[in-house]
This record gives sequence, structure tokens and C-alpha cells, in this order.
Amino acid sequence: MVERTVRIGSTHGLHARPAKLFTQAAAASGAAVTITKSGGKPVNGASILAVISQGIDHGDEVTLVVEGGDEQTVLDGLVDLLLTDHDE
Amino acid sequence: MQITGTGIGQGVAVGPVVRMAEPLPEPVDRPSHLDPKLEGERARASMSVVAAELMSRGAKAGGAAQDVLEAQAMIAEDPSLVDEVANRLENGKTAERAVFEAFASYRDLLAGMGGYMAERAADLDDISQRVIAHLLKLPAPGVPDPGHPFVLVARDLAPADTATLDLEKVLGLVTVDGGPTSHTAILAREKSIVAIVGAADATGLADGDTVIVDAANGLVVSDPSPDEIATATTRIAERAALEAAPVTPGALADGTSVPLLANLGSADGAPEALRLGAEGVGLFRTEFLFLDADTAPSVTDQQAQYTKLLTAFAGKKVVVRVLDAGADKPLSFLNDAAEENPALGLRGIRALRHSEVILREQLTALAAADAATDAELWVMAPMVATVDETRYFTALAKELGIRVAGVMVETPSAALIADRVLAACDFASIGTNDLTQYTMAADRLLGTVAKLQDPWHPAVLRLIADVGRAGAELGKPVGICGEAAADPLLAVVLVGLGATSLSMSPSALADVRASLARYSPDDAKSLAGAALAAEGAAEARAAAQAVASEITTAPQAAP
Repeated sequence: MVERTVRIGSTHGLHARPAKLFTQAAAASGAAVTITKSGGKPVNGASILAVISQGIDHGDEVTLVVEGGDEQTVLDGLVDLLLTDHDE
Repeated sequence: MQITGTGIGQGVAVGPVVRMAEPLPEPVDRPSHLDPKLEGERARASMSVVAAELMSRGAKAGGAAQDVLEAQAMIAEDPSLVDEVANRLENGKTAERAVFEAFASYRDLLAGMGGYMAERAADLDDISQRVIAHLLKLPAPGVPDPGHPFVLVARDLAPADTATLDLEKVLGLVTVDGGPTSHTAILAREKSIVAIVGAADATGLADGDTVIVDAANGLVVSDPSPDEIATATTRIAERAALEAAPVTPGALADGTSVPLLANLGSADGAPEALRLGAEGVGLFRTEFLFLDADTAPSVTDQQAQYTKLLTAFAGKKVVVRVLDAGADKPLSFLNDAAEENPALGLRGIRALRHSEVILREQLTALAAADAATDAELWVMAPMVATVDETRYFTALAKELGIRVAGVMVETPSAALIADRVLAACDFASIGTNDLTQYTMAADRLLGTVAKLQDPWHPAVLRLIADVGRAGAELGKPVGICGEAAADPLLAVVLVGLGATSLSMSPSALADVRASLARYSPDDAKSLAGAALAAEGAAEARAAAQAVASEITTAPQAAP
């Protein structure tokens, strides 16, 4: 199990297109991915409904936990997605 | 076979029918007689079919729409949602009910978050309906997208459906319900969609049937012959040529000027109205500034909107109607009392007089916008029934700097004493929709009495004639700003009854312009006389049509 805490880079937060890209990647990784908004409960990173209903905004801190498969590579890839501003 | 209904506009369309499925009822909460595992398989299968459909629609659409549709596809088989469905199946619910409840729980969650999330809540309803429709082996609700041009046949359209209509694909529109002033009819008129509303027998049309939609004659022809299709195709080409014809000011055959003006609901429609040859604005509705608001907008905000409108029509006449709230357009800050008969209640000038500060602010903003621009601003009050109300409004308007103040004639009382009403103001504009509703005592929003909502009725025409005569005697303008002015033949009758200008949806301007040019002032009076003498609306239309045919087919006199 690997984990990392990062700040959201997308201007409009983890909604709409950024949320879609993130959950698509999490689902495709085959690993178990959870995402936790600072102060919140962990939710399934492959569920777009669970992710958008966290109301994660630009600059919010989230913790990613990846378990199974090539954990480190999956984590690095997902962190990249969260740090990128997809709304530019 | 011919199906009759109320035609909107003068257009013709030919194409294959695609029916719009009706919204699904909420699945009944009853115990399933299937094993939860089997129900789970059914649910997941339908969810993935819907997801695949949404993905393929996204791939076809491309661009921003593709991102939206792909996100919807992911929602359709979201793992959290699958868990929520499974929990409910364990409790013995049917797949339909479990899907309905699971989507509804996320829907409520998102709606509660407000803003962007709340807007996505409607997407969840749509996806939920699609999955449930697939489970029930029913067509998906909403506006269909068959991928080719089609004639849409529906019971009626919800405002949300009309927003998503692809006008490139929808050749024509036929609805089973709805009257000439229904939401769908108004939309069709605005967007120039060839439409027939209230075509009760259209329920018998099936997907793929070729039909001719003949709005000018209020007919849907199913199973047309090759000859009928050829005739319709010729008419479509003729209409295209008419629309492409150069735009000239409205006038009768002898050159008598009849200014053709636009009805607008916001300043955004100005460029399109000008392109279609509007010589000004005959009815600018100001409700858009106030609807969805808990309080009236500030004078500054209003002034900016009016300035935008008046700037677009520099050098032209613009008639603005002050706030017409009440009845079908209630505003809580003006009148929050529940009324048994809102159409007969505290509405229009009555409500404004009750909350005079709102009227004062609106007139102040209008006068300021007028002073800063070059259009010729006229302002009028809605729902005036008495001379006292007329005097009240014109005095207040003049006090606040409005130069030309008039009233709308929508009540039979104002029409019957039009000489005294016009003596107390600068002009009158006849709102034929409400005047018909009040003359015929038939709620214009009620489908069951839609037949009575016909401005061709001689009782309505006689009231219009009274106003026209009073205007001529006093030398004051009498305009028409209801849907009646958009009917090319009725427009000629209205001019014959004394109307000095006609205001309509911009899409109707070309047809009315072409129609007026065929008749002299005496012809218009003959048409009006024939219609006035008829015993009912249908007879009045037929009588005017008969006189018109004689005039347009008579051999030209030798020079």
C-alpha cells in the first residue's frame, strides 16, 4: 500500500472533466484506489459519483491510497493528474 | 390520411416520423419475485448498455460534448452506484426500483450541494430514466437522436426538451397536446420550426412513417402520394426563396405604410429581428429582468438592459411594456397571495399600482436609457381596464420623463370604451392573446378550451374594429402585438379593421410582408368586413379567404 497527499491543480477543482480523467485512470489501473479529502472519509477513486460528491475544489488537500499491482507507478500517474490544471 | 391540428407559422416539411417516448412513471416499490442475484444481473446489464450508448454518442459528437457524454457513461455504471443498487436488491426490491432509488439518492446529494453539482443532478435523472427504460424494454425518454433529419412527434414538449432540440435535424414538430399559445407553440414560432400543435390523432403515427407537415393549413398528411410530396417540396423551395427576398418596409399594394415590428423578450434577439427586417420593436417584454428574482432589479441594472435594446434599434421605434406580472407569470415580491382566478386577479397595471415603487423605478430606468440613446421610446401599461388606470399610468410616465405613453388593450372593457381610453393616452396596442381569452372567457393555457382561443372570432374582431375606429377618429396609433398579427391573412384583416402597425415574432415578418403587399386598403377593408359578418371563427377565416382568393385571382385591369 502506498499513499501521498497533494493539492488539487485544476482551476475548477475535481469536477467535470478532471474528475472524469482521474476516475477513468483509477478504474483502468486495476489497483484499489481511494481518495480522501482533508477531514473527510476515504471514497472509491474509481467512482466518478463518489469523487464529485466530495466537492473537492482547487487547492484542496487530498490523500491518495493505492493498493495492489504496480502501486508506485499507479500512484505517480494519478498524482500527476491531480497536480495538472486540466481546465486551462 | 389527414390529421388536423393548429399550424404554427406558414411552413411545410416532409420527412420520416420519430416519436418521442413519454416520461416513465416511477417504478412501483413492490417485492421482486426474482432472486437478488438475477435482479443484479439485469440491472448491471442495462447499466452497461446505457453506458455503451452514451460512449458511442460521445464518440460521434466529439469535442466538449464528448467529455460530457463520457462522464455520463461512467456515471451509468459507477461502482458506488452499483453498490447502492446491490444493497437495495438484497432487501428484495426489483431492479427497476433499486436503480430508481440509487440514482435518486445521488441526485439528492448533488442537488443539495448547489451550483455546478446541482446542475449535474438533472443528468442523473436522465441516465436513471434511460436505464429503467432499458430494463422495461421501452424506448428511452427525451428528444430522440436518430442521426438523420426527422419529424418529431410528441405528446408535448417540456421546456427542458425544447432546449435540446437540434434544429438542424428537426424538420418539423407535431404535438398531440397544446394550443396556439402553449409553450411549444411559442418556441416553434420563435425558432421558425414548422409545427402543428394539438393534433390529437397524431398518436396513430409510427416511427418511420413519411409525413407532410403543412403548418399553413394545420394538416399532417400521413402516407402522402408522390404528387403530394412533389407539391410540398415545391412549396418548401418557394418559401426558401421568399425568405431570401430583399427586405422592404411593410406596406399594402398601393404603398400605404404598415410598419412591421418585432416582439422581443430580451435585447439578445435584436440582431436577428433586424436581419429579418423588423422596422422597430412593437412589444418588448420586460419580465425577463424580474423572473427568477426575489426582489426587483436595481434602476442601474435595468437601465443597462434598456440601453442595450435602444442602442440596437437606434433611429427606430421601440415600444416597451412595463412589467406584466401575475396570472401565468407570478412574481412573489409583487403579489404572493394565492388567487382562485389569477387571470382575473391582481396582475399587470393593477399589481404595479399596488407596488408603485417598482413601476416608478422601471419608468425612471426607461427614461434614463431613452435620454442616453437615439431610439424612439414608447412605453405602455399591460392589463388596463379603465380610463382611471390609463390616466394614472400616463401621468406617472410623463412625470418620470417618458415622452410617449400608451396602454395595451387586452380587456374587453378597454376596447369597448377605446375612444375615452385613447383620449387619455398617446397610443394603444392590442394584445390579441389576452383580448381573445377575456372575450371568449376561455383560459388560454387550458387545452380543453383551446378551440375558443381563436382571434378570428368575430366578437374579438369587432372589439378590435372599435379600437381601430377610435384611433382613426382621434388620430392616435393603434398597433397589434399579439400572435394574431403573425397570421398573414389575419394581418390583412387587422389592417382593414384599423391597425396602423403590426408586431410579431421576427420569424413571421417575411410571410406577413408578402401577404400585405397583395392587397390595397380597400381590399383589406373588404376582407375585414367579410370576417366581421361571419358567425364564428372558422366562418370568418373562410369568408376572408374567399374574398382574398377573388382579389388575388382576378384578372389585372388593363392600364
